[in-house]
Amino acid sequence: MKKRKFGLALSMFLAAGTILGACGSDDADTSDSGEGGNSGEESGGDFTVSMVTDVGGVDDKSFNQSAWEGLVAFGDENGLKEGTDGYNYFQSASDADYVTNINTAVRNDFDLVFGIGFLLQEAIEQVAAQQTDTNFAIVDSVGKGDNVASITFKEHEGSFLVGVAAGLQTKTDKIGFVGGVESDLINKFAAGFKAGVEAVNPDAVVDIKFAGSFGDAARGQQMAAAMYGAGNDIIYHAAGGTGNGVFTEAKNLKKQDPEREVYVIGVDRDQAEEGALSADGKDYNVTLTSMVKRVDVAVQDISKRAMDGDFPGGEVIEYGIEEEGISIAETQDNLSQEILDEVADYEQKILDGEIEVPSTLE
Amino acid sequence: MFNRVQKILIPVISVILGLIIGAIVMIISGFNPLEGYSALLKGAVGDSFYLGETIRQITPYIFAGLAVAFAFRTGLFNIGVEGQLLVGWIASVWVGLAFDLPKVIHLPMSILAGAAAGALWAFVPGILKARFRVHEVIVTIMMNYIALHLVNHLVRYVISDQQNTTERVPETASLKSPFLETLTEFSTMHFGIFLALAGAIIFWLILEKTTAGFELRSVGFNQHASEYAGMNVNRNIVFSMVISGAFAGLGGAMEGLGTFGYAFIHSAFSGVGFDGIAVALLGGNVAIGVVLAAALFGILKQGALIMPIESGVPTELVEIVIAIIIFFVASSYIIAYVLQRFKKGAK
Amino acid sequence: MEYVIEMLNIRKEFPGIVANDNITLQLKKGEIHALLGENGAGKSTLMNVLFGLYQPEQGEIKVKGKKVNITNPNIANDLGIGMVHQHFMLVDPFTVTENIVLGMEPKKGVTIDMKKAVKDVKEISDRYGLKVDPNAKIAEISVGMQQRVEILKTLYRGAEILIFDEPTAVLTPQEIKELTQIFKTLISEGKSIILITHKLKEIIEVCDRVTVIRKGVGIDTLDVEGTTPNELASLMVGREVLFRTEKKTAVPKEAVLEITKLNVKDARGVNAVKDLSITLRAGEIVGIAGVDGNGQSELIEAITGLRKISSGSIKLSGKELSSLKPRKITEAGIGHIPQDRHKHGLVLDFPIGENMVLQTYYQTPFSKMSMLNNKEINKKAKKLIAEFDVRTPSEYTEARALSGGNQQKAIIGREVDRDPDLLIAAQPTRGLDVGAIEFIHQRLIDQRDKGKAVLLLSFELDEIMNVSDRIAVIYEGNIIAIVDPKETTEQELGLLMAGSKRKEAGEDTHV
Repeated sequence: MKKRKFGLALSMFLAAGTILGACGSDDADTSDSGEGGNSGEESGGDFTVSMVTDVGGVDDKSFNQSAWEGLVAFGDENGLKEGTDGYNYFQSASDADYVTNINTAVRNDFDLVFGIGFLLQEAIEQVAAQQTDTNFAIVDSVGKGDNVASITFKEHEGSFLVGVAAGLQTKTDKIGFVGGVESDLINKFAAGFKAGVEAVNPDAVVDIKFAGSFGDAARGQQMAAAMYGAGNDIIYHAAGGTGNGVFTEAKNLKKQDPEREVYVIGVDRDQAEEGALSADGKDYNVTLTSMVKRVDVAVQDISKRAMDGDFPGGEVIEYGIEEEGISIAETQDNLSQEILDEVADYEQKILDGEIEVPSTLE
Repeated sequence: MFNRVQKILIPVISVILGLIIGAIVMIISGFNPLEGYSALLKGAVGDSFYLGETIRQITPYIFAGLAVAFAFRTGLFNIGVEGQLLVGWIASVWVGLAFDLPKVIHLPMSILAGAAAGALWAFVPGILKARFRVHEVIVTIMMNYIALHLVNHLVRYVISDQQNTTERVPETASLKSPFLETLTEFSTMHFGIFLALAGAIIFWLILEKTTAGFELRSVGFNQHASEYAGMNVNRNIVFSMVISGAFAGLGGAMEGLGTFGYAFIHSAFSGVGFDGIAVALLGGNVAIGVVLAAALFGILKQGALIMPIESGVPTELVEIVIAIIIFFVASSYIIAYVLQRFKKGAK
Repeated sequence: MEYVIEMLNIRKEFPGIVANDNITLQLKKGEIHALLGENGAGKSTLMNVLFGLYQPEQGEIKVKGKKVNITNPNIANDLGIGMVHQHFMLVDPFTVTENIVLGMEPKKGVTIDMKKAVKDVKEISDRYGLKVDPNAKIAEISVGMQQRVEILKTLYRGAEILIFDEPTAVLTPQEIKELTQIFKTLISEGKSIILITHKLKEIIEVCDRVTVIRKGVGIDTLDVEGTTPNELASLMVGREVLFRTEKKTAVPKEAVLEITKLNVKDARGVNAVKDLSITLRAGEIVGIAGVDGNGQSELIEAITGLRKISSGSIKLSGKELSSLKPRKITEAGIGHIPQDRHKHGLVLDFPIGENMVLQTYYQTPFSKMSMLNNKEINKKAKKLIAEFDVRTPSEYTEARALSGGNQQKAIIGREVDRDPDLLIAAQPTRGLDVGAIEFIHQRLIDQRDKGKAVLLLSFELDEIMNVSDRIAVIYEGNIIAIVDPKETTEQELGLLMAGSKRKEAGEDTHV
């Protein structure tokens, strides 16, 4: 009897969790559905384009969302409607849905299908090999196939720039880095960042740690607490949802002691929003700056090329500072003019090829 | 407590109630429920491609459901199916990659490696429960996390050279079937479903037809009487967990050798193991029930992917429907009560 | 004449059976009224109707002459009807007081006024002579004490009419005496009592009137004065009943069970069996008499291999058992009818058929190459059901659905059928009616006559005296005396069970 009751309680708990979970992520579609309506001045003909998200979904405040914004912008510009005969997205509930969603996109006759995130690489390759009449693009990874365009970013360049800012800003000469899952991609962030810090502040130490997850905010907060506790005053996160925990911890510390200088460097998008807080009636922001990765720019660019018949199948397109695919955030309230000048200086040096930013940790 | 008819009626009524309440939610949110559900149904079984995908979805649900149900029949709560599934997945892929053998040997060996790994993973909570009375729920939950991070480590540093995914398993260890794929217009359907159905039959055979199953059921219903009757309760606990884990590991092997064909770094749990609890519950912990419940889950989950594009109803709605179904099955007492009233009224 | 309760022409049906058919029961104020019937005769159903758990299809209930409609137990409570259940409904980790006030706690703001609660409980317990420690935890007090708590619970809720469901089934002879005293106090305080029982002796001793029901039908209501146990028994069973089980003199042969210097620790690690030695011979029944908690359970668990022994030896026909697993011991030739049939004897969710092979399912012909042979299992079950008169719709019926007596018959059938050299029967007739008791006693004697040894453990002195060939009295884990039932009295046994030495026993009786 006891067991039966326990089972009941457990299943109630599970049921409640599912209901809550479902409610929590319900706003994705409602916020986006209105935007496809404006008919543009220029018709895109019968070109159609779609994207398949990873498990993050289009409201992940990160690259899925950014990619979708790019697709919406592309649609607006070319008079496409949201839907099966314009542009659309497919949301994946689990890793097993990638192939299904990509195939469904193909079967709905989309001309170009984006796979957002390196998790979809295998799936894109697999379907691309079967469906040779459709063009595919994979973001953040390099995929095989003549009908597959690979979109990568020079994250190390942007990370270098925020590294310069961090190296100049730090008071303790201790700077943290929280990566999501250790991988070549995340190592690019770490390598560029470290090089940037060292270029302007050779005494500073960069503490590189990985959370083992992109979606574990609690773990992120825990790691941030340890890092700030050990004297780091700036943490650069390249950890998606895990990074939200870093923001939480920084904001908590700031709330307790508004005098204390703790900063987070955001990633992918301008994360100034995530760092805002008010303490004792005054507004603060713990976001020092962000390394912005313009997935939207890349998505728009590739879509345009595909529509124009210039699809870069089989190629790897790298978006860096030069291609406007990488930059530091527009919000620069927390950075002094000297630092901004210095950052601009280094940006120029990268553009000029004077500095070759490393993309791997040695 | 409940008779046979009620045992069948309760899940059926729960499903109907779940669908009705889901329809109400759709109406409130401004969608047409008929359109929504027909889109869902079309997305699940509407053409051969969708059907193939649905069948592929069902496969791991059957194994996960069988795993939970098997342990439950012996009175154990295996919350660790998720972890056992992950280790089964990596083990099957590992064996698939490590050897170069003819298919008749290689494929069974890879599948069995998955089963063995899952069994081993469940052996730990089993032995801890048997020897030290450590509650299996706690241990299995912990083991899930160990599995997740261990598997990620193995993928990155042991099986692959710091990659996010392993190589694809060779054809000799693959469950993929070009025939089934062509038949279903390039769906990811693979041979796993046949193994899953065989698994359900084995589940039934073990529990209902063997002396070992007799002991397991007896221990599940009444440990004391079983002990008095000379059965070794501790051995049965371990045995039950091991078989349960083997089912879970097979579920993982289906993903590793069939659906994906490789292993990769999981940033979070796949959720299949946890859904397995719901599947077992809905299926009343019997083989045929688990298969039917898994089919329902597969249809709902697959249909949910297509529902937005066909009807604009967001996929999250399906999660709500599933949650409501589970809620009603869990609170089956309410339905039983209403049924009784209803009978009285009829009389 | 004033009746406090009148249940007139009550009829209650369940699918397929009529549990109560036209039963009338009238309770006078200040009387103890017995409700007598075999198990399954419909006593509990009738009382559940009174208590609001079931609604009758026909008939009416009057309380103090006014017609009432009792649709749930709360209404029964409000009408002053309280029930002391056979299986206590107490919360073990709570104290006596907490259990008594549960659901009706005196409040002080939002918190429970524990002081007032303790005071109230003391007051009631003094008034009715129900001595309890208000602050003791339920888990720590004896069964008799727990029953008092149940009685106090009903009194605390203002009960005027108390229903007792088989109250003596779980009590020691001393506790039964005390309960009788409690009954008298309750009556003198103006309460009325309905006593559900099938023990004729109790009725004769304490009751004023008795209503007999048989197979759901009210047979008669008569004054206890002027009736005899035999008359009541035949009314209840519907035929003549023999009270003294007929048996030939035992012819004990070779030793079957030899226990020497046995020491066993209980669950708390305390020595429950101390240096116990006893020998059982083939062809005799040895009864173990003793107050509950004197090492009986531990002794049986040690013999059957369910509990490790600390030292000593247990030999069955010369073979040492103490290091063997329970299964090996079963196979060596021991049958065991456990004290708690629900917990230890049966898997209630299993069909009767599977319960019949609970120890033998792995042996041929029930199992072939690790597969169950359901045909053979059901064949065996059918045979045993017929042979031991287990009343069940079929061998596929879940054991849970059977009445206590039929469950017990099934267990006995299963154990006796294996024809063990030693049959251990612990409280084999607990809670059963006269007919079933007779049947079971006869089966035990049959085993003896077949040359087997039987170890009978019982808290019912009648049973021990009736069935045993020798009586071993256990006290604090040791056998302190072995007596011949023909040469002893209940009084002597009672004293021995309380720990007096045999020599003194004679002197004590004079006091």
